[in-house]
Amino acid sequence: MPNMSPKRNEMPVQAPDVRNKNFSEVALGYTEEQAIDEAKRCLGCKNSPCRGGCPVQIDIPEFISHVAEGEFEEAYNVITRSSSLPAVCGRVCPQENQCECKCVRGIKGESVAIGRLERFVADRHNAQPAAPVEKPVSNGHKAAVIGSGPSGLACAGDLAKKGYDVTIFEALHVAGGVLSYGIPEFRLPKSIVAKEIDGLKALGVKVETNTVVGKTVSIQELMEDEGFESIFIGSGAGLPRFMNIPGENLNGVYSANEFLTRINLMKAYKPDSSTPVQAGKKAVIVGGGNVAMDAARCAKRMGADVTIVYRRTEKELPARAEEVEHAKEEGIVFKFLTNPTEIKSDENGRVRSIICQQMELSEPDASGRAKPVPIEGAFIEIESDCIIMSIGTSPNPLIKSTTEGLETQKWGGIIADEDGLTSKEGVYAGGDAVTGAATVILAMGAGKKAAAAMDKYMTEK
Amino acid sequence: MFEILEKKVLNPTVTLMRINAPRVAKKAEPGQFIILRTDSEGERIPLTIADYDREKGQVTIIFQIVGASTEKLNHLNEGDCLQDFVGPLGRATETDGLKKVAVVGGGVGCAIAYPVAKKLHELGCEVHSIVGFRNKDLVILEDEFRAASSKFVLMSDDGSVGEKGLVTDALKKLIESGEKYDRVITIGPLIMMKFVCRLTKEYNIPTVASMNPIMIDGTGMCGGCRLTVDGKTKFACVDGPEFDGHLIDFDEAMARGAMYKTFERKAHEETCKLFQEVK
Repeated sequence: MPNMSPKRNEMPVQAPDVRNKNFSEVALGYTEEQAIDEAKRCLGCKNSPCRGGCPVQIDIPEFISHVAEGEFEEAYNVITRSSSLPAVCGRVCPQENQCECKCVRGIKGESVAIGRLERFVADRHNAQPAAPVEKPVSNGHKAAVIGSGPSGLACAGDLAKKGYDVTIFEALHVAGGVLSYGIPEFRLPKSIVAKEIDGLKALGVKVETNTVVGKTVSIQELMEDEGFESIFIGSGAGLPRFMNIPGENLNGVYSANEFLTRINLMKAYKPDSSTPVQAGKKAVIVGGGNVAMDAARCAKRMGADVTIVYRRTEKELPARAEEVEHAKEEGIVFKFLTNPTEIKSDENGRVRSIICQQMELSEPDASGRAKPVPIEGAFIEIESDCIIMSIGTSPNPLIKSTTEGLETQKWGGIIADEDGLTSKEGVYAGGDAVTGAATVILAMGAGKKAAAAMDKYMTEK
Repeated sequence: MFEILEKKVLNPTVTLMRINAPRVAKKAEPGQFIILRTDSEGERIPLTIADYDREKGQVTIIFQIVGASTEKLNHLNEGDCLQDFVGPLGRATETDGLKKVAVVGGGVGCAIAYPVAKKLHELGCEVHSIVGFRNKDLVILEDEFRAASSKFVLMSDDGSVGEKGLVTDALKKLIESGEKYDRVITIGPLIMMKFVCRLTKEYNIPTVASMNPIMIDGTGMCGGCRLTVDGKTKFACVDGPEFDGHLIDFDEAMARGAMYKTFERKAHEETCKLFQEVK
């Protein structure tokens, strides 16, 4: 008999007023009992609508049925048929807009907590002593992956499993891309990212950090001089946008990228870190996406009072509902319909306050969301000593500008077909570098698709 | 790992290191920079490339001990390895078509100005080098500059070596005496570059200044190194580090450079104390 409770099992979490002072993981994960109880809420629908909501079509009812039976390793094997990063995606996927929003149980109650179950299954697997990995037999072909974020890791993993000699080139000193520099420890522990990368290394994947493709070495050189037959570009969308308002270059104004990189990659939250960060006493975060929530919650943990200003209303916030909830519980204040127009400085050239225009919503714009328009003459001034701009990122132009014949969109995204093939033979691309800033799972899916196409290309060549 | 092949003390606060870094050496050009970390917990330190040997796969850096991280770097010796060494980053100095150039360096900035002077000299350009230091103990690369320049002027703040005065005094004198430069390239403290640019603007001489702001990744990702050039925000790491000196907002750059001064000073003192205790 299925468990007909309309409510899902609550996720155990650190209490808000405890966790907003530390960087340990917020959500603690289901126990075995909770996971089995939750799995029993799944009706195992024949047409499995949830599966259609998953960007990589994980066979969700099948993995959940294994959880219900206590067959956790079998559940893990079902997930990894479609996903390379279950422990990551179980934590950071916007499930409420993907699999879970299609769940039949959601019509008359709460949907099955698919994401939490995925996380449980992955963590359970990772807690077991690792089974000795058999290195796949080499097929004699060499492939390169540029960038070690979600798309690159997925692509490298799939290629390595097929016997390719894979090298990942990473610009920073640590692998993981946005999983390492962007998403904070309290949402995605870095030990999980490290585990994924160690898993790839065990398969024989080489990781060359400190290599900026486009500067240290070009794509052409990798192919012509170093013998890589096919290349995957997963360089992400790492270029921060600014608003171009007066005062944006004052001391105390950060891009979310810089603020998060200082904290996550350079560990500025640890007292003995050699890289400083100044979250100030009153931090204002501009923007409403997941990155804005991450920056806000980091600033809170660094001891600041935090306000998020967003130019539309709560309904239009692009961040995951769970992140917004968590941020509110932790004491972060939201000011909606508020759009910065100027940043004011104190006598020492440091940020003193931010001037914002009050907005109202009008007709929907091109994105389908109601367009915010200024209310004439309505301005507020918010006192602040740290302002974090979190209004989006664009693809990094470094590779485009140094790779002849690589075509890009006007806004910088690399042009690639459904398989990830770019305008250059043998060169594939995927993830944010192609789509602009999107989700971990979409990037991972693109990496897997490209790996399949690269396999075909290299074997048929 | 990136081995330190040679370490040379140039003056009490400036050190040269030759590093084994074949990938970087293969691509390095004057004007570009690298980022290094001394250890797994280290800060990312951006340093301009002072020299390189493509065949041997070696890159030379020259740094001034200004904070905790450069203090730690200076405590490493030949045979030790750097944890990370990435580059070459930024754009190379534009040297095409230049016939006569004044290279104006100040302090440790001379370490960066020198490879530029050398490259121009090798390309057959007439190079006048004007270098300034606080006093005679701080002079670096004098012989190297002389070899790469048809005219060499050494200035010091206290007159203990060369002529007493500022590099701008010397530059003005040369311009007034009728020297016609296609370009002035200036590398040194922000305040010096600001005044060099102010001077050359009066004479309408195109001027390039090399900026060295605070940065983390060096690939355009953090935006920490942003500066205002001609009213627009630029990233020194990918758009620079060299910019049209007449269009740079130097006052803003100076304010940004001072953002972490208190932290830096404290961290430096603590690191020095630590090294003393070890001794």
